[in-house]
Amino acid sequence: MSAVPDDRKYTQTHEWLLVEGQVVTVGITQYAADELTDITYVELPETGTDVAAVSAMGEIESVKATSDIVAHVSGKVIEINGALADEPGLVNTDPFGRGWMVKVQADDLSALEGLMDASAYAALLSEG
Amino acid sequence: MKQTPLHDFHVQHGAKMVDFAGWQMPLLYTGIVPEHIHTRQVGSLFDVSHMGRIEVHGPQAEELLERVCTRRLGDAQVGQSRYSHICNEAGGILDDVIVSRHEKHWLVVCNAANRERIVAWLGEHAADRDVELRDVTDQTLMVALQGPAAIETLAGRLPVPIDTLKKYRFTTGAFMGIPYTIARSGYTGEDGVELILPASVAGMLGAVLPTDDDASLKPAGLGARDTLRLEAGMPLYGHELSEETDTLSAGMAWCVDLAKDFVGADRLRSIAAEGPARKLVGIELEGRRIARPGTRLVDGSGEIGTVTSGTFAPTLEKSIAMAYVRSDASEAGRELAVELGGKSTTRARVVPLPFYKRTD
Repeated sequence: MSAVPDDRKYTQTHEWLLVEGQVVTVGITQYAADELTDITYVELPETGTDVAAVSAMGEIESVKATSDIVAHVSGKVIEINGALADEPGLVNTDPFGRGWMVKVQADDLSALEGLMDASAYAALLSEG
Repeated sequence: MKQTPLHDFHVQHGAKMVDFAGWQMPLLYTGIVPEHIHTRQVGSLFDVSHMGRIEVHGPQAEELLERVCTRRLGDAQVGQSRYSHICNEAGGILDDVIVSRHEKHWLVVCNAANRERIVAWLGEHAADRDVELRDVTDQTLMVALQGPAAIETLAGRLPVPIDTLKKYRFTTGAFMGIPYTIARSGYTGEDGVELILPASVAGMLGAVLPTDDDASLKPAGLGARDTLRLEAGMPLYGHELSEETDTLSAGMAWCVDLAKDFVGADRLRSIAAEGPARKLVGIELEGRRIARPGTRLVDGSGEIGTVTSGTFAPTLEKSIAMAYVRSDASEAGRELAVELGGKSTTRARVVPLPFYKRTD
């Protein structure tokens, strides 16, 4: 099991959220990427889109399955990872780094308080 | 969940295991796409021990198999295998199988998910015949070596003339006291063989066969097996083939002999006379999105078909699918739209099968 970075929050649905000021960067965890297997397509919302917690804001497709990217914070999409259009496999190889997906300008960060920190998420994974 | 004799081998090679038809099977070792590409470029070892292996013995074995199989078998020679369907009375497909004529018996290899019902079906038809069925699945293992380097890899390790073995032929013998069956067949669109060995040699096989170096055969999982067979346009039971479909609609008239008497023949003869209402076709989609089974295909007239399998083809780098479509909309080049969910439909067209054909 790969390490879980301790600088961000985690969801039950295996997204990570990295908070910098009011900007929340969203991606999926190594566990989620491994479960999906080889990712072939990532559909991201357009920049400027309003997203709402908790609802789907995009889709990830792999050879094996299709899965939603869930927004756990409400706000406006200010940037998306355009590299994933040509190289969706970045989500498999570097999910916590170059495989990031969306940056959201959050309306309110309080929704993140209920999310897991790295140790709680690692514990969730070890429960299997 | 049952484990195959090669379970320890999978664990040692870091497989991600999944439950498949009652078996714990390797989904992948390193990744579906790299394993797929390695199979096409070099070669892979697949554990297919979960597939059913049923021996049919006795003086009326041939008559029984001729009665339940769509394909003519009686003219097969010893050492020859034939792909066939087994149908219910209504012509629906109960399973697709490979039937091999051994010297003193026949061997039926069936899908793991259908093993119990095929054993029962054969048993039912054996009741009034002088036949003995032996399900040898648990006593044996089965592996497929597939890819351009598969034949030479095995030929270098066994004193058996494998390179001269023709497609859909097999050879049997014993090497150091270990009985083997080696068949020139597979399910990837590559050249290769399938081996049946005693379950007890699993540990030895793991030590002898694949290595993890890039120039050699490596283990590959069910994930790659599925994308490989789909690129090669091969049907998968439970997707393209089921009791709700029939051999002719699946475009596989070559494995039916309508002149012989077999279970389901009447229905297939009438489908042949009328022409199937829908046909299995290849679909190529625009973009990278994948059409999953059950996805609807539409055109200006409404719904024209349903996807049975789809993937992003690693060799072709295209989104491909197989689907049943109305016969009047099934010709190659036909434009249609795929309802992938979300706002808009995705453009696609009917293409000939297979999507991928090896060149050599």
